Amino acid sequence: MSDGTAQREEAVVASPPIDWLPILLTVAVAVIALPLIGSVSTWVTLTVAALAMGMIIFIMASGLTLVFGLMDVINFGHGVFISVGAYMSLLVLRPLMGWVDSPSLMLNIGVLILCIFVAMAASGLFGLLFERVIIRPVYRQHLKQILVTMGGLIVIEQLLHVFFGGSPITIALPYNFRGGLSIGPDTIVERYRLIAVVIGVAVFVAMMLVLNRTRIGLLVRAGVENPEMVEALGYRIRRIFVGVFVAGSALAGLGGVMWGFYQQTLTIGMGLQVLVLIFIVVIIGGLGSIGGCLIGSMLVALVANYTAFLEPKIALVSNIALMLVVLMWRPQGLYPVVKV
Amino acid sequence: MSEPLLTLEGVHTHIGRYHILQGVDFAVPRGSFTVLLGRNGAGKTTTLRTIMGLWKASRGSIRFAGQDLAARPTPEIAASGIAYVPENMSVFSGLTVRENLILAARSGKIDDTRLEWIFSLFPAMQRFFGLAAGTLSGGQKQMLAISRALIEPRDLILIDEPTKGLAPAIVANMIKAFREVKNAGTTVLLVEQNFMAAKMLGDSVAVMDDGRVVHRGAMAELAADHALQHRLLGLHMEVHQ
Repeated sequence: MSDGTAQREEAVVASPPIDWLPILLTVAVAVIALPLIGSVSTWVTLTVAALAMGMIIFIMASGLTLVFGLMDVINFGHGVFISVGAYMSLLVLRPLMGWVDSPSLMLNIGVLILCIFVAMAASGLFGLLFERVIIRPVYRQHLKQILVTMGGLIVIEQLLHVFFGGSPITIALPYNFRGGLSIGPDTIVERYRLIAVVIGVAVFVAMMLVLNRTRIGLLVRAGVENPEMVEALGYRIRRIFVGVFVAGSALAGLGGVMWGFYQQTLTIGMGLQVLVLIFIVVIIGGLGSIGGCLIGSMLVALVANYTAFLEPKIALVSNIALMLVVLMWRPQGLYPVVKV
Repeated sequence: MSEPLLTLEGVHTHIGRYHILQGVDFAVPRGSFTVLLGRNGAGKTTTLRTIMGLWKASRGSIRFAGQDLAARPTPEIAASGIAYVPENMSVFSGLTVRENLILAARSGKIDDTRLEWIFSLFPAMQRFFGLAAGTLSGGQKQMLAISRALIEPRDLILIDEPTKGLAPAIVANMIKAFREVKNAGTTVLLVEQNFMAAKMLGDSVAVMDDGRVVHRGAMAELAADHALQHRLLGLHMEVHQ
């Protein structure tokens, strides 16, 4: 091996330094909350619940941050893909009630995987149609994007209303995911929340691998920074846009399934209800940043849970206050993506 | 004489309500180093962007290797064999030098021989191969932008003001590198404000003013005619001393 090649390979392994400050801030929020809450078991329960909620918010928001960052599209319709995903899980749950109530762990896992698969496929398909019909005519026109995506959201919500009715629908968790798991004296963590954490981590790892280890990921990262230059290198950015939009919609659908099981009640407006929270996460994290989206989700969930316990009245404005504080510290978000 | 590699005839470009290019005509001979000169706002950058399809020509024809480029989308134009180094370099700051180069290699793989050649032109690229492009200095970013255009053989390279704002030592290094590119037989269309650099590199020249080409010819002729330089570019004798 030549010296040059050796030096090059040495250089390849040198990765850019990780910005630890936002991660430390998240840990600090959790640590500071402990003496305020007073009880370790309550703190653990609140923290695990926040991690689960944060992971579900991350799943729902990760697609939006890429769409926002890469396509510069303000998609207020993103929330409806969450509702679509959640309602599509009914198509699996209703005929497979036996699997849901079965004590077999395999059948329980099977029904969850089927729900996720159907929800992601349906939300991805809706995303494809949404991009073609609603987004494409309004690229680079932010005001129109807000108006037409909100309109698209209302139309799809009304379609769900027609097919599933307007009343809230209660769903049951699969048998083995019900109840809690004792992890210490007086400390019980709900099983489903642990599953949500595991699925959230899996989604994060998969996204990071795709973005950092594949050519398509490289193109997405480059496209977030400078779509024009990606085109000038010979790549059709529009196709990448569509792919990211469909993937983002499918992830929202996955988030919808997770959120539906978390709430155990489905409502037509459930996506719209979490949309503000998702936008806060995307803005806090930095538009287009997946790492920022994860940390932002965790911060939002931790602050929401702790304040809801300590001072419920403050909880109503806690996320807006958090966003203000973060943006005063880092106006471009926790992990700003350089854009040209 | 063989047919030029690139020919622009009567090219007009509108940006919004502004009529920027008002009938641009010039040709880039195959294998030549052609320099596009002109004052600020003459339309040089717009010409390169119009060739790349980043702004659409509203009228006129752009022919490259016998094909009409005017109505084609940018990715197709790039894929037909044209590399573009924009004025602001547009390196992907969040990607490493290596990733920037991989992206520019349309085959998805970097040819080792080609890479060694680039390292010989710009040793900094080898030193910072694994570092994020955002951490590079302005001159290094410019080297990366040019390396990206050289990572695979291209029929034509469009380079927009590569020496702008760079230290003299880096400009000298850049000129040396361009000489090697020229010797390798690559056809280059270079937009340049630095007349000394243009004079050293150019075989042919086109001078633009107010969105039109006002002079075409051999660089040697323009370099020898100080009165013409003064008239076309506003250059004075001290430039040559």
